[in-house]
Amino acid sequence: METMRERFTSVTPDLLAADPRLALVLADITAGSFEPARMRYPDRVLNLGIREQLLVSVAAGLALAGMRPIAHTFASFLVERPFEQIKLDLNHQNVGAVLVSAGGSYDYSGSGRTHQAPGDVALLDTLPGWTVHVPGHPDEAERQLRAAAAGDGLVYIRLSSRSTMVPLEREPGKFSVLRLGAAGTVIAVGPLADEVVEATLGLDVTVLYAATIRPFDGATLRDTLRTPDVVLVEPYLAGTSAADVGRALTGIRHRVLGLGVRRAELRRYGTPAEHERAHGLDAATLRASIIGFLDA
Amino acid sequence: MDTTFPAAAGTAGYGYADLPALISLMTGDSKHDSAAASTLDVLWVLYDRVLRVSPGTAGDDARDRFLLSKGHGPMAYYAVLAAKGFIDPAELPGYGGFGSPLGQHPDRNLVPGAEISSGSLGHGLPLATGTALGLRARGMTDPRVFVLIGDGELDEGSNHEAIAFARAARLDALHVIVVDNSSSTHGWPGGIETRFATEGWSVRRVPGRDHTALEAALTAPHPGRPHAVVAVIEPGQ
Repeated sequence: METMRERFTSVTPDLLAADPRLALVLADITAGSFEPARMRYPDRVLNLGIREQLLVSVAAGLALAGMRPIAHTFASFLVERPFEQIKLDLNHQNVGAVLVSAGGSYDYSGSGRTHQAPGDVALLDTLPGWTVHVPGHPDEAERQLRAAAAGDGLVYIRLSSRSTMVPLEREPGKFSVLRLGAAGTVIAVGPLADEVVEATLGLDVTVLYAATIRPFDGATLRDTLRTPDVVLVEPYLAGTSAADVGRALTGIRHRVLGLGVRRAELRRYGTPAEHERAHGLDAATLRASIIGFLDA
Repeated sequence: MDTTFPAAAGTAGYGYADLPALISLMTGDSKHDSAAASTLDVLWVLYDRVLRVSPGTAGDDARDRFLLSKGHGPMAYYAVLAAKGFIDPAELPGYGGFGSPLGQHPDRNLVPGAEISSGSLGHGLPLATGTALGLRARGMTDPRVFVLIGDGELDEGSNHEAIAFARAARLDALHVIVVDNSSSTHGWPGGIETRFATEGWSVRRVPGRDHTALEAALTAPHPGRPHAVVAVIEPGQ
């Protein structure tokens, strides 16, 4: 199956062709796939070399000059390494950009900690104004990319090599209701949705799906709420959205269980599936965690 | 505190000689120590003789851009912006106050004419690089981009990412002024200009208070290459 990153490299040249205001900034990662586009638009497809502080600052400078920049590299080098550039050159200057990451939490499980960024969404949560997309399927990623390129705000698109079998998002930016139940709510984010659906088979729970996690769709959570117990299943740092659940349910006594990538370093290599199991994110472990918390 | 504003000299507005008085509106004293700011003369020459930008064209796409990266100690900058009509001199006495747009580090969202918000070192040159790339991508070859950094600021590694790439991109719209007042803790053996020259930049080294030399260096032709001017401020100057 086509990956989200492959979709990114096939769609972006079309966007560049359609919008002379759009620019793509790279730091060697994925540059080979974009070489035909760079040859065609040498002033708008910029490969800076291995310079990730410059990656974000150049994106910001492009925006200051009236362009719409897309900056791309692995999540660890796009959000964590140049975080001050995101804070100051984008947010503080008050300009927009699209940051498209690859690799996410444990896609590069064999590469170890240096290439894993489970804290990216939590880091962006310290800044105002970010739309954060965590697509579960290449079709969702494409729709989000097209919308972000046409806009002017701050957008983070977190591409993963993991994906759902089919796209599950129905309305852009809103949580999709996959199932309604009485014993509590499970919110599945992005590529983990298939595991969550399997884990909740036969359980009397509401299952919501999020391909966009910021802004947090608290309205759908409230509108579908029965028993105010909420399980978050996020493919990045566990509990990242717990505060958003709290804000959405202000005034309602509720309980929250945040499942996701654990904070402790695994110090293991192997496959993404092995990392999912190690973090308790495989269907069987998820099911046990959900049943234990919800009495479902 | 004396908050009397210096009289503008007719339609020409304020001149260089008025800058100490404008600065004293911010410092609240008459000793004018801050008028000795290392950046004062470079800023004046830029706004008086080099930059094609005015309060009336500050929003035009085709304007020259000046990015103050060395955002600490911005009183000389505010004084020049006031002298040139970008900001109202009546704002100067509020400097640093809660309700003032004029902070100890400038914010482009608050200060008319300020192209960037700065204060954390090592951001201006990379932002200027992106701005120059953006102007090129839009097919705008006339506007020039100037960024002022300090020799201590050059310690920040982010600058060196930009210095190397700007040469590779043949970014001749980009101009860097390094005010060298020997504040880099470990210094730059061989001179700051060699760091740029090695990367293929056009370079000039001039006395940082000499207006004629500064103007000549800032406007020297440098086709196909970015341009660096090292403005030297001798100790005690």
